[in-house]
Amino acid sequence: MPNSKSAYSLSNLKEKLDTHIIVVWVDNESGVLARVVGLFSGRGYNIESLAVAQVDEKLNISRITIVTTGTPQVVNQIKLQLKKLVPVHKVADFKREDKAVIFKEMALFKLVGTQSKLTSAIKACKKYNPIVLDTTDKSNVIQVTALRREIDKMSKDLKKYGLVSVSRTGAVAMTRGADTFK
Amino acid sequence: MPKLYSGAEIVFKCMEDQNVEHIFGYPGGAVLPIYDELQNFKSIKHILVRHEQGAGHAAEGYARSSGKPGVVLVTSGPGATNVVTALTDAYMDSIPLVCISGQVPTHLIGTDAFQECDTTGITRPCTKHNWLVKDINDLANIIHKAFEVATTGRPGPVLVDIPKDIQFQKTIYKKPLKKPKTNGKSHNYFKQDNIDQLIDLMSKSSKPIFYTGGGVINSGPKASELLKELVYATGFPITSTLQGLGSFPGDDNQFLGMLGMHGTYEANNAMHDCDLMINIGARFDDRITGKLDEFSPKSKKVHIDIDPSSINKNVKVDLAIVGDVKSVLSLTLNKLKKNKSKFLKSNKQKTSKWWEKIQKWRSIKSLDYIASEETIKPQFAIERLYELTKDKDSYITTEVGQHQMWAAQHYKFNKPNRWMTSGGLGTMGYGLPAAVGVQVAHPKKLVIDIAGEASVLMTLQEMSTAVQYSLPIKIFILNNEYMGMVRQWQELLHDKNYSESYTAALPDFVKLAEAYNCVGIRAKRPEELDDKIIEMLNTDKPVIFDCMVDKVENCFPMIPSGKPHNQMILGPKDQENKKITGKGKSLV
Repeated sequence: MPNSKSAYSLSNLKEKLDTHIIVVWVDNESGVLARVVGLFSGRGYNIESLAVAQVDEKLNISRITIVTTGTPQVVNQIKLQLKKLVPVHKVADFKREDKAVIFKEMALFKLVGTQSKLTSAIKACKKYNPIVLDTTDKSNVIQVTALRREIDKMSKDLKKYGLVSVSRTGAVAMTRGADTFK
Repeated sequence: MPKLYSGAEIVFKCMEDQNVEHIFGYPGGAVLPIYDELQNFKSIKHILVRHEQGAGHAAEGYARSSGKPGVVLVTSGPGATNVVTALTDAYMDSIPLVCISGQVPTHLIGTDAFQECDTTGITRPCTKHNWLVKDINDLANIIHKAFEVATTGRPGPVLVDIPKDIQFQKTIYKKPLKKPKTNGKSHNYFKQDNIDQLIDLMSKSSKPIFYTGGGVINSGPKASELLKELVYATGFPITSTLQGLGSFPGDDNQFLGMLGMHGTYEANNAMHDCDLMINIGARFDDRITGKLDEFSPKSKKVHIDIDPSSINKNVKVDLAIVGDVKSVLSLTLNKLKKNKSKFLKSNKQKTSKWWEKIQKWRSIKSLDYIASEETIKPQFAIERLYELTKDKDSYITTEVGQHQMWAAQHYKFNKPNRWMTSGGLGTMGYGLPAAVGVQVAHPKKLVIDIAGEASVLMTLQEMSTAVQYSLPIKIFILNNEYMGMVRQWQELLHDKNYSESYTAALPDFVKLAEAYNCVGIRAKRPEELDDKIIEMLNTDKPVIFDCMVDKVENCFPMIPSGKPHNQMILGPKDQENKKITGKGKSLV
């Protein structure tokens, strides 16, 4: 018998990977995040970023926003599996390039250096509405809200101005226009 | 002031309202309050197993043969971890189980207390849903919800973890809501339009096939009746997965036998060459499809399934009908009768060429084997068992391996819920405890576990359970001293390197039966087999039947890994390029 000694067939399918932003509305109860995340880890998929918080106190609903990369078939499977979970109310799925959806991430940068370097740093961030949250003689903490790749770029660019620490959130998403996701 | 009940009492109050008659369990420190209450609820009978895995499989056998959910009660820590295999098995094969586990008291959770484990964490990926009860006031609702989740939509196991302090606390009891809401997760999603499309495809097809699975059985006996009606009305050929056996009569001429890795030549070739495949309640498992990119290349595919996540998971289909098999079949039949009465007649002519082709494949007789007068061939043993039990409405369970495939190939099932086997997970040791559960559900019926000597040793302790409750299960062991399927793969795929697949120090099964205070019977030669089987059937006690079979027989036909359906290996006669003569059945 040629090739395969396995009892399973070999895969020779190479499918394209897409980045998806999956939004899940869930009951805010213990273990629910583990259930959602388990569907990704159980398939060997990495989660690029994750944001979760309660959005409706009265109904006790949390909104989870997950950025992940996968083949269309696997992403579709995860979506359908998510819908089967008991505490899940609805699931939305957007591609990163989707123009009808706004994506934002927030980052905090700590810079240590001379005054001139700190000023240059704030200038470099100007496009992304920098807010200086803390300042001393030698340091700044700057808050920026932007897209993932913009924050990636800034983290690189700010190195020369004395960037010592970066903290960033996962992406959150919202559709444009008057419609909400049903 | 309404009456207050303890958590332990509420567990049983819930079970009463859910019409639970039997629970399978094993006591331990963290469930003792619940065991205290057992005596006060006379309508619920507890079956004491010997290992929690046995409780799980017994509950599975109970559920599969009765259509009701199986209920399991275990203690914390090892009790819960022991039941994980059975929960996973039930999850893979869509069997409704409700498992109640004890947990250490709430204030000790997370302290590495004695017999503590993260039960809900461990069982999260192998249950439909699980709950850790942290407030006594939630307990009744959670248990009712647990039964609802287990039994609606695609059935499956659930687990409720109850800390010991919650079992002692008191509150009022809440009855289940009269009309359980399905939470929008188990409805029929299909539209009439889908049915019209299906009928359109059916009327255009000249090479159709029905491919049916366990979903038909799970949809209830009515679904099997409707399936029969549809298959007879259309005249289409039908094949079934391992789990679907029994939903359509196995001895009917329109039935092509099981398909897949060890399916018949005609079923697999028909799947490969068809122009319309109608999948009813099956899931395109990898044992069925073989090589995916060469799977049935020329066909339109229809998939009827209650679980939306089963659609397009492995195989892309042309028409998806998400719904309960029973509802879909009944609508389809109505529509056919009303609008297409002409089609039903003309259709048989349209498919006559297709049937001729199928008859040619059939004439290969792919299940034949070389008979022997010296040793008992395992296929022969199953054939004789079938012939001698077919009039008895018997229930068959199996372990996992060659014997399981031979049973599926040679034992013909005519009714649903008569065939209990571990398909998805492939759990060796499933069959014996499952037989215990089946016998509990059907005390007067004949229940046989067709077993292998390696599998049966994994859960043999449950013989003791069978004896305790006078459950006359018959353990029919095809004993070849090898892990037969492992040995077969080693022979065919691993250059005959029989690494660790031979069991050198097997027990004497007859003596073992006697030690358990049941009956042991041994058959060594083909000519004594019938008498010994009859002796087994006439014994009103549990029996271990040690059937010494050919040690090196392989299970054919077989689709080798990574091959499509039309490249099967047939039996040894075929490999020698000899024509199969049908002499294999000369001893029957």
